[in-house]
Amino acid sequence: MASQGLGREHSVQDLIAKSRDKKGKRFVEKLMPIVLVTIALISVLTTVGILFTLIFETFEFFQRVSITDYLFGTEWLPFSGSEPLFGVLPLVLGTLKIAVIAACVAVPLGIAAAIYLSEYATDKTRRIIKPVLEVLAGVPTIVYGFFALTFVTPMLQELIPSLKIFNALSPGIVVGIMILPMIASLSEDAMSSVPNSIREGALALGATKLEVSLKVVLPAALSGIIASVVLAVSRAIGETMIVSLAGGATPTFDLNVTGSIQTMTAYIVQVSSGDAGYGTTIYYSIYAVGFTLFIFTLIMNLLAQYISKRFREEY
Amino acid sequence: MKYLNDTTVMKRMKSRLTMNKVWKTIFLLATLLALLTLVILLVRIVSQGAAHLSLDFFNNFGSRFPEKAGIKAALIGSIYLMLIIAPVSMILGIGTAIYLEEYAKKNKFTDFIRMNISNLAGVPSIVFGLLGLTIFVRMLYLGKSLLAAGFTMSLLILPVIIVASQEAIRAVPKDQREASYGMGATKWQTIVRVVLPAAIPGILTGSILALSRAVGETAPLVVLGIPVILQFLPDGLLSQFTTLPLQLYDWAKRPQEEFQYVAAAGIIVLMVLLVIMNSIAIFIRNKFSKRY
Amino acid sequence: MVELKNKMTNNENHINKSSSQFAGETNNATDKNSVFLTKNFNLWYGDHHALKDINLDIKENEVTAIIGPSGCGKSTYIKALNRMVELVPIVKTNGEINYRGRNILDSSYEVEELRTRVGMVFQKPNPFPKSIYDNIAYGPRIHGIKNKKILDEIVEKSLRGAAIWDEVKDRLNQNAYGLSGGQQQRICIARCLAIEPDVILMDEPTSALDPISTLKVEELVQELKDNYSIIIVTHNMQQAARISDKTAFFLNGEVVEFDNTDKIFSTPRDQRTEDYISGRFG
Repeated sequence: MASQGLGREHSVQDLIAKSRDKKGKRFVEKLMPIVLVTIALISVLTTVGILFTLIFETFEFFQRVSITDYLFGTEWLPFSGSEPLFGVLPLVLGTLKIAVIAACVAVPLGIAAAIYLSEYATDKTRRIIKPVLEVLAGVPTIVYGFFALTFVTPMLQELIPSLKIFNALSPGIVVGIMILPMIASLSEDAMSSVPNSIREGALALGATKLEVSLKVVLPAALSGIIASVVLAVSRAIGETMIVSLAGGATPTFDLNVTGSIQTMTAYIVQVSSGDAGYGTTIYYSIYAVGFTLFIFTLIMNLLAQYISKRFREEY
Repeated sequence: MKYLNDTTVMKRMKSRLTMNKVWKTIFLLATLLALLTLVILLVRIVSQGAAHLSLDFFNNFGSRFPEKAGIKAALIGSIYLMLIIAPVSMILGIGTAIYLEEYAKKNKFTDFIRMNISNLAGVPSIVFGLLGLTIFVRMLYLGKSLLAAGFTMSLLILPVIIVASQEAIRAVPKDQREASYGMGATKWQTIVRVVLPAAIPGILTGSILALSRAVGETAPLVVLGIPVILQFLPDGLLSQFTTLPLQLYDWAKRPQEEFQYVAAAGIIVLMVLLVIMNSIAIFIRNKFSKRY
Repeated sequence: MVELKNKMTNNENHINKSSSQFAGETNNATDKNSVFLTKNFNLWYGDHHALKDINLDIKENEVTAIIGPSGCGKSTYIKALNRMVELVPIVKTNGEINYRGRNILDSSYEVEELRTRVGMVFQKPNPFPKSIYDNIAYGPRIHGIKNKKILDEIVEKSLRGAAIWDEVKDRLNQNAYGLSGGQQQRICIARCLAIEPDVILMDEPTSALDPISTLKVEELVQELKDNYSIIIVTHNMQQAARISDKTAFFLNGEVVEFDNTDKIFSTPRDQRTEDYISGRFG
């Protein structure tokens, strides 16, 4: 026993004791959390930076243009020489036209696709279709814009001869195609998370798959589906390149969808690609419009979060 | 007494079954419509652009004449931009994810960071352009340079990389960490030697997908005022440059029909670039997935 | 390095000796030193009082088994011995756990240092998704041993120590996940041996294994106890009876009885112990 006791003067432990760089190790252990929290704060700083930028420059804008004229004005004529008008409502309306058309395309198709994928499709079909939807979601918006301008618009003009080359309909439809995968995949997630026991309960009573889908699964997954729609519409509101290419640059305050429009995002692009000098009212106006856009999308994102949190089904 | 009359049940049954079949077909068609759009889009673009693809197209700079227009500056610019975005966004994104998953305590501050990230993910890309214009281009005097655009785009895709990295880190089983701690490893050693090696495939997959989003992004660069037609290649971090999507935007806007074919050819190049990036991501995902 | 070689042969001698003297081994504990001396130790998970006033004196070079029904606190206790319980953020403790005379609950006690001396084998085999070699070399490497030759020696010695060298010596560069569950667990034991700890804590090390693998691990425990102090949590009473010198019976966070294993299983003092070992509950 005694000799074994000596034998436990472990050589590896000796090596460890010798080689251990305690100070350096302890320093790294102390340092890393600080480094990492600093990095994590960059995302917070980004938000602060966005808010700072938008608020600061928008404030500058409102030094030159009255806030009521901006919020309630129905004419947006920033380039009209001596007396520019900065009423944001036409831009907001243009944006809403796109969002509504996009939603009309994407919501029924997206939810239908989600039902098919979640309730009807076999594993094999699902494994083929889902990646294709991912590809569809990964197509750059500039490509969609080109597609809207050079394919969808001419095709629609065949059907509606009065359709202008720049209009709300074509980019609206294409934005709808763009957000469709988002609705389909998020809604499918919501439906797939409805437990099978609930489906089996209904099926055992002799319900058809359709009845199970529409009367059992859909209501159970409704909060997730609505959240996905809200998120997708928010994405449509912030969409830029499709509407810049195919929507035109004419802010109008009417409900016409066949003529040229301008959205908030398209206005920012128009000014940015032109040469509005730094410090002009027009320069500041893109921040005011950007801020308006930011508020819209922020509210919708918070709404989506609220819906999915508040109405989350507990199984 | 029976509440259900067998014959009416059977009669209704037929129509219910028909409805089921009809709607199944409708749902399928809706799904296929999405796929059909993708096919039309691809076929259309390839048929328009294939003819314009040539060696000259890759060797020429932008031009006012469609037959001379090439994408050399745009392609190189996009690649350079990627080389800035990748390290910047990955260091920030992985660092934040490590902090949130391994170090952050459950408190208000952490909740605030999480909420902030999910909201940041919903901010339209054009707003990031406004941020970059004020902060990087003007306040930090970076000008309309590669660096200013790289930083702006990095912040844009940061939330995506954070979320993907968080998921990958969370998927590393707890017992792996315990094994490491049990040998006297410190927290940082455990993170570097056990957690990150196991999480890196997931992190890479998510990061490459995020990067491919940045490569196709146009709006923030327009806002930054990045020029479209350049007759030279970027030669440094503060050099001017242009990118593929910007070049495409310019061509697509032009009234001459010939430029549509040039744009389509450019789109083919962009899409091939994205397919390559996505294939790498999928390859990594399949090669390294499910090891526990 | 020569020294290391000597140790290695030494070790093998011990292993041979120990298997031959196994039958004759009795619990003559009076002249042994304490490794873990626990005094009035309490532990809470939030409001839940999981360990109540624990007093235990665990001696060196013995196998101490901790038995008891699920939820009795046996795993919590063994995880307190290398302070792994602290990974759960809501844990609070008081009292003393002295490891070789020093209270490990002391805030000045470096937890990494403790865990370097007190190794642990877990319930489920948890090798890293790395090669067998890298798994074993993990411990030495994190503690700063980089010399390839020394690492080679440590890997071989540890794998021999865990009685798995012959099975894996030709595939040291293969992923440890390719091995069977029983082999994985012995790799984990070898990984633990690689830093030559003083104490090895085993938290139900065979609960995820088949009977044959279990037997191998049990034999291994017997071989290891001459060089290491082993504390093993088990829900398998036969296992405790087969391999341990001392047994502690835990119930509802308290130590009901702690004595020589043969005594616990033949003439327990406490009625509850008797009920448990005779299978009346748990």
